[in-house]
Amino acid sequence: MSWIVIQQSVPVFAQAFWLTLKLSFYGIIGAIILGLIASFLRYFKVPVLRQISAVYTEVSRNTPLLIQLFFIYYAFPEIGIKMSATAAGISGLIFLGGSYMAEAIFGGLKGVAKIQVESGLAIGLSRWQLARYVVFPQGLTLSVPAIAANVIFLIKETSIFTVIAIPELTNTALDQIGLYYHTDESLFVLVIAYAIILIPLSLILTWLERRARRGAFGN
Amino acid sequence: MHSGISILFAGQNFSRLLGGLWISAKISIVSLVIGIALGILLGALRTVKNPILRVILRLYLEFFRIVPTVVLLFLFYYILPKNFNVNLNAQAVAMLVFALWVGAEMSDIVRGALISVPQHQCEAGIAIGLNGPQLFRYVLLPQAIGLMIPATINLMTRVIKTTSLLLLISVMDVINIGQQIIEANRQTHPDGAFWVYGLIFILYFLLCYPLSAWARHLERQQDNNA
Repeated sequence: MSWIVIQQSVPVFAQAFWLTLKLSFYGIIGAIILGLIASFLRYFKVPVLRQISAVYTEVSRNTPLLIQLFFIYYAFPEIGIKMSATAAGISGLIFLGGSYMAEAIFGGLKGVAKIQVESGLAIGLSRWQLARYVVFPQGLTLSVPAIAANVIFLIKETSIFTVIAIPELTNTALDQIGLYYHTDESLFVLVIAYAIILIPLSLILTWLERRARRGAFGN
Repeated sequence: MHSGISILFAGQNFSRLLGGLWISAKISIVSLVIGIALGILLGALRTVKNPILRVILRLYLEFFRIVPTVVLLFLFYYILPKNFNVNLNAQAVAMLVFALWVGAEMSDIVRGALISVPQHQCEAGIAIGLNGPQLFRYVLLPQAIGLMIPATINLMTRVIKTTSLLLLISVMDVINIGQQIIEANRQTHPDGAFWVYGLIFILYFLLCYPLSAWARHLERQQDNNA
């Protein structure tokens, strides 16, 4: 392992680092929005749309991201939907992440104590008021640790974008190995780069979980 | 010009795809069996009050949690032969990586289940004179196992889904064979990608959906009993 090689590859990896962050950011924001929509459809028991959201959740959770990406990037153009690799990557991440976020959010909504709902009904809140003032504020707070866990999961999944040649971290490392045979150095920088992103997030997650548990004891 | 779907049934294509799926399934099964056994051992060790052991096992878990599986595969695929002179074929590398990864995840599931067995159960066991291994075998494990099962089934579906990455270290899995079929039929079936990737999509769903439905059913049962 040579430090000079590592130093020289830092600018290339820095670019890939930001791209990974950028793709993760768009994917995660999109996934949270999709997850909110899907879980609200389920919560309010909206006819038809609820079933569609249930089917979507099952399909998305029970298939690998890699084949979802292949389908979006290689099969969609054959039925007339063409998009760039980056757009396909973000779409894939949103498609995958949406269902995980929906489960996390719905899990939180379900976790709200029954007595809270009953009390709300007893003081004459409407269904919408109950959701707006009682269930969502508590439920969304309860779902924060699960959402944070999904954020980590989705950032890791961006490594799969390498299969559609998006120059994110993993793709860049493989590229460096292919071009210069600097295998050890490239893999070393790759692991460090993921560690820089994920270790702080994982510490935040542990902290959130601990807080959520303490919050639950207060009930 | 053929109608698209015929690409799946031309020649040996369908049985080749199923053959590729079998390789993925085989790697999943072997790594799950080894990984679950490893995870039960490590999970039990993580409940032992030894600070050094705890730190080591925690680092092992965090390493396999933080590094994406794609990167783990490449790490072992490139570094074992180059720096340790261990030449495994791609399938064996995949089994090794998956087994170590399952072991790490499983250790956390097992630890979580063991520490949720009420304290007084242990105390009662000690009171009737059970030693450490007996306590584990007859008191802790039987009560913890029910709690572990749904999470373990979910871990199985994760392993099956992760086998889609085998393509990256050139294992002849279902996706790799699918790509070959699409390339070989580019002339006669320009829309081959739609049907082949569509079929693989469905095959993965058919493998994973029953498992995750089963896990959810068990979880719901436990919630009702609680």
